[in-house]
Amino acid sequence: MDEQVVISTQNLVKQFQVKDGAVTAIDGVTLQVRRGETYGLIGPDGAGKTTTTRVILGLLTRTSGQSSILGHDSMRDTYRIRERVGYIAQQFALPGDLTVMENVRFFARVQGVSSAEQRRRIPDLLEFAGLSGFTDRLASRLSGGMKKKLALACSLVHEPQVVLLDEPTLGVDPVSRREFWNLLGDLRRERGTTIFVCTPYMDEAERCNWVGLMYEGRLIAHDSPGKIKQMVPGRLLEFKPSDFVPAWRLVPDLPGVLEVQTYGAMLHIFVDDPDRRGREIEAALAAQGITCEGMREIETRMEEAFISLIRKQSAGASDAA
Amino acid sequence: MDEYAVQVEDLTKRFGDFTAVDRVSFRVRRGEVYGWLGPNGAGKTTTIRMLLGLLKITSGRALVLGYDPSTQAKHMQAHVGYMSQLFTLYNDLTARENIRFYGQAYGLSRAELRHRQAEIIEMAGLQGRENELTATLSGGWKQRLALGCAIVHRPEVVFLDEPTAGVDPVSRRDFWGLIYAMAKKGVAVMVTTHYMDEAELCQRVGFISEGRLVALDTPDRLKKTHMRGQVLEINADDPERAMGLLKAAQQAGELVCDEIAFYGAQIHAVVPDAQALQPVITAYLASEGVRVSSIEWIVPTLEDVFISAVTPSHKRPE
Repeated sequence: MDEQVVISTQNLVKQFQVKDGAVTAIDGVTLQVRRGETYGLIGPDGAGKTTTTRVILGLLTRTSGQSSILGHDSMRDTYRIRERVGYIAQQFALPGDLTVMENVRFFARVQGVSSAEQRRRIPDLLEFAGLSGFTDRLASRLSGGMKKKLALACSLVHEPQVVLLDEPTLGVDPVSRREFWNLLGDLRRERGTTIFVCTPYMDEAERCNWVGLMYEGRLIAHDSPGKIKQMVPGRLLEFKPSDFVPAWRLVPDLPGVLEVQTYGAMLHIFVDDPDRRGREIEAALAAQGITCEGMREIETRMEEAFISLIRKQSAGASDAA
Repeated sequence: MDEYAVQVEDLTKRFGDFTAVDRVSFRVRRGEVYGWLGPNGAGKTTTIRMLLGLLKITSGRALVLGYDPSTQAKHMQAHVGYMSQLFTLYNDLTARENIRFYGQAYGLSRAELRHRQAEIIEMAGLQGRENELTATLSGGWKQRLALGCAIVHRPEVVFLDEPTAGVDPVSRRDFWGLIYAMAKKGVAVMVTTHYMDEAELCQRVGFISEGRLVALDTPDRLKKTHMRGQVLEINADDPERAMGLLKAAQQAGELVCDEIAFYGAQIHAVVPDAQALQPVITAYLASEGVRVSSIEWIVPTLEDVFISAVTPSHKRPE
């Protein structure tokens, strides 16, 4: 076994039996997460991210293929995996009638952490999560962001080498999401923890070393965020049109325009030549009485790459049909 | 007909000695998309629940379509739609059955219900899935179905509480298309969101922090009036290290900077003078071995404004 590979799947398949046959939720996924890496699994809703996570953990049986964590087979060694792996389930709920300290102690006992070890670890862990000042507060009285930090602390109490986090920042405000990701950064740097995270937030995907993009049960891209962004052809222009809908209708037909996306009240346009096409777009819109505010070239982000890659997949799927 | 669908004056909610909503005033026009933003626990949901008549108002006044939610919630209901964070759908019913259930609860006639079912299934893009159990639908579809159920009775005002939480970027855009189509028909929409690109789509935005309304205006004007500094967008080869270095310089007092934050892999620094500090930051990072591929003075995003507006004054550097 390769010591550097922490999570591994080979041709992983998961089917669910339904009334009129079977639905394939995971369709031959092969992925590897290396030690110390932060791996982000992204994809549209229903792509199979949560199912993949649960199968890897052994919480769902697989239909075929292989999956393992730290060399332990997901199906045979489920309990060994639980001992060595931290997990935050999607839309988890911590016992709200327990305090912060009681919650962490509860998870420590479940994981078989000795009292002596608890005394040593828990203060450090709460300090790390920024919860030292709130040990006696009921979990139900914590803010959304603090609840997520508490969940992270609970998932780390047995000092796992790897944590799997399924949409850990769902419904959390932007400032608290950053704080949570700063904790993940500390975890990676200071303890070398391997982190596997499913997220619908593309700014979070940017902070991973490696990203897997799932679509309809398949892994359609896996690479560093930088490389994934390079998969979208062309360079990116951004501007805010004075009249949005007519501009959005007109721009796709202009020469050199490869793709048009919306971002808030702005248009994001992939073009072959940003200087030239920028001027042309401005002129074409000006002819319709539309002005372009803040026209500039920007670097492609995961948000744009995601939309572009998913659109191409779904267009390809309907062409094939 | 009154121009305003929602009117709120000095609205206050106290739970014991905790003030969740503190003398908040705003109005929402018919056909307007009004964004209601703030950190977790700021009082967003509490405000909406008072407007729906689900929570008692401690003091102040609210009118929804001319009705007082604390005494006339029953009359108001037929004209108001609500979609909560939890998408209150019945998982063991099909998509079609969910729509029928909500339609019947709102007292729609059978003919009207048939008509609305077809409309909503099309709107939500659920053709071909209308007979699947809701439990098996994934986020984006569930969310559009929940919206359909919330507006099955053609309400004049709709409250959407974090309707796009956890939904992927493509579905989020589709969903906002639906919101805009509603507003165009004259429906007033009050929506909470943590996505600042969505906030940019609102005609007006209210920021609430610790129960107080700290800013209310159009997104464009907020960026001009509520940012204390100028924003530099920095793309560096090693963003994590660049961030560490900039934070250290800020703490050491070598870099005058109000705020440094990650935007994905980019860094935004809020500084008093963007032009003057551009070369300083580039040179400083280069001297520590981090190459800056671009550093640009940009129009602040609403997220920059949000961070600036909701940072409690005691946490602000003096």
